[in-house]
Amino acid sequence: MSSDDLRALYQEVILTHARDPDGRGIVDGWTGRAREVNPLCGDEIDLAVGVEGGVIRSITWEGHGCAISQASASLLTGLLEGATVADARERIELFRTALRSRGEIELDEEHFGDAVALGGVSRYVARVKCAMLAWVTLENALATS
Amino acid sequence: MHATTPELTDDEVRTIRGDFPILAETVNGHPLAYLDSAATTQKPRAVLDAEREFLERRNAAVHRGAHTLAAEATEEFEAARATVAAFVGADVGEIVWTSNATEGINLVAYGLSNAAFGDGDPALAVGPGDEIVVTELEHHANLIPWQQLARRTGATLRYLPVDDDGALRLDLVGEVITDRTRVVAVSHVSNVLGIVNPVAVLVEAAHRAGAIVVLDACQSAPHAPLDLGELDVDIAVFSGHKMLGPTGVGVLYGKRTLLEALPPFLTGGSMITTVTLDRAEFMAPPQRFEAGTQRVSQAIGLAAAVRYLDAVGMPRIAAHDRQLGARLAEGLDAIRGVRVLGPVGVERVGLAGFDLAGVHPHDLGQVLDDRGIAIRVGHHCAQPLHRRLGLGASARASAALYTTDDEVDRFLDAVDEAAGFFGVRS
Repeated sequence: MSSDDLRALYQEVILTHARDPDGRGIVDGWTGRAREVNPLCGDEIDLAVGVEGGVIRSITWEGHGCAISQASASLLTGLLEGATVADARERIELFRTALRSRGEIELDEEHFGDAVALGGVSRYVARVKCAMLAWVTLENALATS
Repeated sequence: MHATTPELTDDEVRTIRGDFPILAETVNGHPLAYLDSAATTQKPRAVLDAEREFLERRNAAVHRGAHTLAAEATEEFEAARATVAAFVGADVGEIVWTSNATEGINLVAYGLSNAAFGDGDPALAVGPGDEIVVTELEHHANLIPWQQLARRTGATLRYLPVDDDGALRLDLVGEVITDRTRVVAVSHVSNVLGIVNPVAVLVEAAHRAGAIVVLDACQSAPHAPLDLGELDVDIAVFSGHKMLGPTGVGVLYGKRTLLEALPPFLTGGSMITTVTLDRAEFMAPPQRFEAGTQRVSQAIGLAAAVRYLDAVGMPRIAAHDRQLGARLAEGLDAIRGVRVLGPVGVERVGLAGFDLAGVHPHDLGQVLDDRGIAIRVGHHCAQPLHRRLGLGASARASAALYTTDDEVDRFLDAVDEAAGFFGVRS
């Protein structure tokens, strides 16, 4: 019933992660933490990151929001746990550039794994903030770490 | 009284739709079903033409200049005021043009604190020991200006709570509205719940306490006949763009004696009599509250909107609207997983706020948009009410005189299918 456009936005991997997200529930031992709100829709995320020797050991979060924002936080957790802080910062920047490209730049699987599914959001300008929320919050949490 | 007013027929609604060019648009490959009229209504050609006609033939600044266009523009601007006054049961001198309803509420809130500085009638001054009462279901526009007034003056902000369904707790009116109360601010119709609040009860309590009543009529003015004189509120505000008119124009109604006592909010040109370098004397209302160059074409557009509504007939629009509201609420209620917000069995306009279990409103809105159906999602500028209802956000479908049963049914089908799309049902 739904159009191909809608299926491209809400890919199965997004729906699956939104229903049962990874990293939910903040775990003690974190070294940096940040909280962000999307004032347009009231979505909120509180994200904690544990960094040890320049490597991200844990990303956990709490919050509520739409399927895109919840899946994005979940995918981010799996993708960047184990990455160096420098690598994580670089990939957050690449993610931001692609998401703001209005569909011009695709996410590559090598850097983003399953999170490439979020690339479809870049064609929906009103939803880019939903996908970006967790990534921006991680960036801010790393800055406090 | 309601039951005897005939609804608009399908043919009449079809004719009305022909007057709104945008309703023929296609969105994402589907005919547009515009169910976001509570955010802003679409505009009929009569409104667009009135603005264009004025701008092409009579445009001039009003209340100044001696040339022909200035005189014609002033005459038409003031005629628009009279048209709007008659539409809401007010005298022409009781109607102040504002940019929108938000500015109207701020005008009153700042006027009340300016009274403390010796402007206007000192009896209006609000200060420590005084109380300002709002309700838990207000739009932020009818909450934050009062929070700020309390902060500026040392007055106390209190609120009338709602029950679990969102109905005002009338049993607490006597506790909340007391002889310390100076202002009671309430919306006529909730922009989230679509229910009509029992304004008469609050007016009576407020007046008994010696307080003024400020009514947010944004969601009632487009939906049903509005007689502000009969409601006996002291102040009322509404927005042009929510009642077929242009953006950039709103209306503040105030009882004449109150407007005469109230000091100005914005000051500058066009609102003064005598000015020296040290001080100024202010004009009588309504000009006292209309500083600077006015939104002339917008006011003229709003008058055209009011004439359009009058020609269709507000009682019949109200009947159509109630029917659509019932169709929305009952249809949503029949969908598994949907919680319709607001108490049942009370008067409702053509608006339904709801929650679909397991589906965030933004995702629901996206699925509906894919089918050309426009609804509002989010907190609708009413975060405290959402918090009280245990929600962060909700979805809202709202109708207007041009809305059809078919659009409501398309919307209901799409909500039902969205639950399947997101896999929240086994």
